[in-house]
Amino acid sequence: MERPLTQHIQPGGEPLSLAEYEKKGGYQALRRVLGSMTPRQVLDVVSKANLRGRGGAGFPTGTKWESVPEGAPKPRYFIVDADEMEPGAFKDRYLMEGNPHQLIEGLIIGAYTVEAEAAVVFIRWEYTRARKSLRKAIEEAYERKYLGGNILASGFNLEVQLHVSAGRYICGEGTALVKSLAGDRALPHAKVPRQTQAGLWGKPTILNNAETLCNVPHIISNGPEWFRTLSRCNDGGTKIYGASGKLKRPGLWELPLGTSLREILEECAGGMREGLRFRGVLPGGASTDFLVEEHLDVAMDYDSVQKAGSRLGTGTMIVLDDRTCPVGMVHNLEHFFAHESCGWCTPCREGLPWAAAILKALEQGQGRAEDLDTLGQLTGRLGPGRTFCALAPGAMAPLKSALKFFRADFELHVAEKRCPWR
Amino acid sequence: MLTDLMKRELLAEIDRTETRQAACIEALQIVQRHLGWISNETLREIADFLNMTPDELEGVATFYNHIHRKPVGRHVILVCDSVVCWIEGVEEILEHIRATLHIEPGETTSDGLFTLLPVQCLGACDNAPALMIDEELFTNLTPARFDEIVAAYRDGKS
Ligand SMILES: Cc1cc2nc3c(=O)[nH]c(=O)nc-3n(C[C@H](O)[C@H](O)[C@H](O)COP(=O)(O)O)c2cc1C
Ligand code: SF4
Repeated sequence: MERPLTQHIQPGGEPLSLAEYEKKGGYQALRRVLGSMTPRQVLDVVSKANLRGRGGAGFPTGTKWESVPEGAPKPRYFIVDADEMEPGAFKDRYLMEGNPHQLIEGLIIGAYTVEAEAAVVFIRWEYTRARKSLRKAIEEAYERKYLGGNILASGFNLEVQLHVSAGRYICGEGTALVKSLAGDRALPHAKVPRQTQAGLWGKPTILNNAETLCNVPHIISNGPEWFRTLSRCNDGGTKIYGASGKLKRPGLWELPLGTSLREILEECAGGMREGLRFRGVLPGGASTDFLVEEHLDVAMDYDSVQKAGSRLGTGTMIVLDDRTCPVGMVHNLEHFFAHESCGWCTPCREGLPWAAAILKALEQGQGRAEDLDTLGQLTGRLGPGRTFCALAPGAMAPLKSALKFFRADFELHVAEKRCPWR
Repeated sequence: MLTDLMKRELLAEIDRTETRQAACIEALQIVQRHLGWISNETLREIADFLNMTPDELEGVATFYNHIHRKPVGRHVILVCDSVVCWIEGVEEILEHIRATLHIEPGETTSDGLFTLLPVQCLGACDNAPALMIDEELFTNLTPARFDEIVAAYRDGKS
């Protein structure tokens, strides 16, 4: 089985230096692109590969790059979203700590394709190791003339900066991120016009997740057909899946896109720890709907997970066992989302603390029967289409699905006036 | 007071950004590295330096988890209280910290050595529970391991 993204990463070891990366074939894709391909040709290759965004929404990367209108104003910007603050997600950290040049190479190729000449890697403060490895990689790339003016004598210029954020989940959302970079309070806004037309400083801006870009050099080197054969579905490539919770071996694995939940949880993660049973899983991080036992054979690709009623999201899953209280788990999640709401839209600003307070009351034995109806109503009022950004609907996903699959647990909290797990 | 050294570092940042305001998050982080936290007076000075109003900069400063608008101890302990660490028993760790350091989240020990703050998921979910002390990550926490880590910091590791 091929593992293009992680094959050269030493778990827990030092990041690949530029020389080591080059020895493994690194920057050959960039040389080919700059030496013999037009932006249009690169775009065609990436489009044919069926690469979809790994940041959560699964947007086709080729389509996104193509949506910068022809003749659009310059300078154009390219941004790497490496904020990774979604609880349960830790895949981009692994890629950046282990092989930072793979990301930088993907970024340069992406920037060339959309004719961007300035780029920002937006990374969270807490990723101190990844910050260090990226800072060094960017310096090395400048020294080797992969960055800066007239890269490899091609006439293409690209300046890259590392921006260390100061810690706020909403900054990973595209419109908030751009405001954050401008030094404004990072409140999302309506996506009209699209950021690919008017983003950072009002100029065309492309935003891609770190893992998404790591795929790009491999697509160029091995071709779109190869990339599509890596997966077990229509979308191309491998996926860095992660699993945490009370499993025997929590961790990360690079597997064909479309590997089943069961394979990941049972074979890779070794199943549940002694004495515990599987009850449910948030398949794509904190803002996705629970799946349960009947879904274990679902393929972990965008379309299959959606059909099962959830989202692939980041592909980093959080497992609920039968000795952990689902109400407590959802309370923890809503507390997080309430804290991280930027406060701009009323339903989100008021609704999330309300949901968290009700869940806390349930946990403390002060829940009332009508609370479950209130929670149900909130999942509608904060649902898709009612707020400026996807934080609120994302926050409702685990709550709504928990009310469906674990309703009896909620009711028990009310009936017994206590948390049965404490 | 912004020292000359701080101002030089701020100017280097401003040099890289489109507008002075665009450097504000880096600026807050730079000054905080020197002074430990951002007082009202410091905030006003930085705002001035960046051609922002104090209110604009306050709107940014209070938006982020890692800009301290209150004094903190010599070391900041950031305990992840997000979902995976919660499943893996972070409440027990927090209880232990309360009992041994005698502080609640948001407080500083009486000797000024440690401030305890909750933090969002640290992206170390495969080795939960996790915490950071200053810029260092510690994983697979147990109460005993926490004691060892803290002892090392008491002995002057910084
Ligand atoms: C509240 C919120 C937080 C987000 N955080 C991140 C993040 O940390 N990293 C990321 O890549 N995408 C994040 N996203 C998704 C991005 O907005 C965007 O869809 C993605 O980065 C696009 O890249 P892709 O097409 O390569 O997936 C977030 C979205 C929302 C609504
Ligand atoms: S949904 Fe919440 S986080 Fe998103 S813009 Fe509205 S208030 Fe802010």
